Amino acid sequence: MDLLEYQARELFESFDVPVLPGVVATTPAAARDAFGQLDSDVAVVKAQVRAGGRGKAGGVKLVRSADEAETTAAAILDLVIKDLPVDAVMLSPGADIAEEFYFSILLDRTAGSYLAMCSVEGGIDIETLAVERPEALVKVALDPSSGITADVARDIVEQAGFKEADKDAVAAVLQKLWTVFHESDATLVEVNPLVKVAGGAILALDAKVTLDENAEYRHDDWGNYHETSAAVDLERQARELDLNYVKLDGNVGVIGNGAGLVMSTLDVVERAGRDLPGHPKPANFLDIGGGASSTVMANGLRIIMSDPQVKAVLVNVFGGITACNDVAQGIVAALEVLGDEANLPIVVRLDGNAVDVGKAILREANHPLIRVENTMDGAAAAVAKLASERS
Amino acid sequence: MAIFIDEYSRVLVQGMTGREGRKHTQRMIMSGTRIVGGVTPGKGGESVLFEEDPVPVYGSVAEGVEATGANVSVVFVPPRFAGAAVLEAVESQIELCVVITEGIPVRDALEFHAAAASSRTRIIGPNCPGLISPGKSNVGIIPAHIAGRGGIGLVSKSGTLTYQMMYELRDHGFSTAVGIGGDPVIGTSHIDVLQAFEEDDDTDVIVMIGEIGGDAEERAGAYIAQNITKPVIGYVAGFTAPPGKTMGHAGAIITGSGGTAAAKKKALEAAGVMVGETPSQTASLARDVIADIRRQRA
Repeated sequence: MDLLEYQARELFESFDVPVLPGVVATTPAAARDAFGQLDSDVAVVKAQVRAGGRGKAGGVKLVRSADEAETTAAAILDLVIKDLPVDAVMLSPGADIAEEFYFSILLDRTAGSYLAMCSVEGGIDIETLAVERPEALVKVALDPSSGITADVARDIVEQAGFKEADKDAVAAVLQKLWTVFHESDATLVEVNPLVKVAGGAILALDAKVTLDENAEYRHDDWGNYHETSAAVDLERQARELDLNYVKLDGNVGVIGNGAGLVMSTLDVVERAGRDLPGHPKPANFLDIGGGASSTVMANGLRIIMSDPQVKAVLVNVFGGITACNDVAQGIVAALEVLGDEANLPIVVRLDGNAVDVGKAILREANHPLIRVENTMDGAAAAVAKLASERS
Repeated sequence: MAIFIDEYSRVLVQGMTGREGRKHTQRMIMSGTRIVGGVTPGKGGESVLFEEDPVPVYGSVAEGVEATGANVSVVFVPPRFAGAAVLEAVESQIELCVVITEGIPVRDALEFHAAAASSRTRIIGPNCPGLISPGKSNVGIIPAHIAGRGGIGLVSKSGTLTYQMMYELRDHGFSTAVGIGGDPVIGTSHIDVLQAFEEDDDTDVIVMIGEIGGDAEERAGAYIAQNITKPVIGYVAGFTAPPGKTMGHAGAIITGSGGTAAAKKKALEAAGVMVGETPSQTASLARDVIADIRRQRA
């Protein structure tokens, strides 16, 4: 789960990481007020979106008056950056930057541990730096239980080549950032740039944080962090129903059990639709998990059928633990519950545990929307054809 | 043979008294697994009836190992207690700890992986379906009835995709099928399993299923090119997955330019692995290879 910059800034502040003041505004008028509150000659207005490259997209601007703050915020709030609408801006006072650095802590999947990365050349695209001048980017593997101790922090600043006068101040901030990372169950904390301002103080000028959703149960305050924009409305609804749903941009609704099988189903549908008119493609990823009851199936079908882009639906279930008769009953019951809401053809492929009983249930129901196919490939071809014809 | 588990494996079920634990213990017993006990803190001394047979419950893994000589544990403990449960298994020097639990915070997982690294314990998972050596032992939630014994070794992150592939190749059967799990950090990698299959006399052909996220498949490709002499057939799921979206498994996410299915397929093919574009095509590649092997032997 990625935080917006202002959320990450607040998180940093709560752990005493030095940051600039920041005021969030969702309207141009609020941005004008925010400029007043900051009591600074210069402010930075930054788009709050979960995407990199905000500066290049025109989402970060300097302003020097309340008027300018208002008009600039209006322009930024109208932007769409990498398909994401800008719902809020954050205003911060301008800083007198002397030097820019880079620092991050992240989960290193390959090593199965955490990794700290640091450079005295900050403020730039770190991926470019890593490729072009890898020697300028220091990487230190962290012991997951102790993390960045005073000694480790000292080691990082030594290796990165900070000036002697800055080492203690930077090391202290690195230790605090580890505390943020560890206590918050983060998988990424990135500060780019970490800066030294005139006078020598070290500040985190930007903040990027990804949290581990599996740890949400031990953090009561994470409810505010979920995305709320309209673009992910269906995903939010699905989450509330405990369904694992990801919106995609095609027109074939897909329901299956198990993440791997659903991913595979998406690929097979895309392949089946490649050469058909309109190139039907998957509209979503929806994993109903093991032991799908009729309620779960009804919820899944309802979410998918409420996506106006969907033209046909594929249910692909391999009955491992899940018995196919339960799935079949679920589909039939779901269609009864949905009544007229259900208005799209549904291709069903069942295999595995109790498949014969499952298919018999569907045959008996003889529902005009249901069509049973025997193989995954056959079902994908059938649903792609239906979606193509109906677009 | 077979890898990691066989008819001699003595299995403790951590969380056996819970709903999932009980259900799957019954299934494991039905498929021939030697379940020697359960572990639930505070419930030591009780027992649970499966059909007519009581299975003893121990208050800790250490007690269970002491009493039964168990060498394998399987974890069905809910996420918030699973970290401690796995640590306990590691401290009790269990040889193999199979972590079925989904949704364990990565911070907790790193703690038990670190402990396991300096111990004799191999961890499989978390968030995995477990593994099965058909006809010998079944540890986890893989349905035993899908396919029987044979010469194919299967390794996959995903549960249902494992079942699908076993079903596609049920006419040939499996030495062992291992679901290594969909979390970002897992205890046993594709490479670990490939190495074990290479050394296993019962395994003639290896089928490896990958999915988006991380670079495990790329590393497996490099490993195969150097170290594996048996034929490997690959499949990668997630060609249509967009970057930045987690596809069900916590580890299945394309970040930056890394982790795409296309890159993984390319890396595997560069290592001489035949890669199918769908599960059925992958199965048919495997069938061709098996037919070749039979012809050569005949």
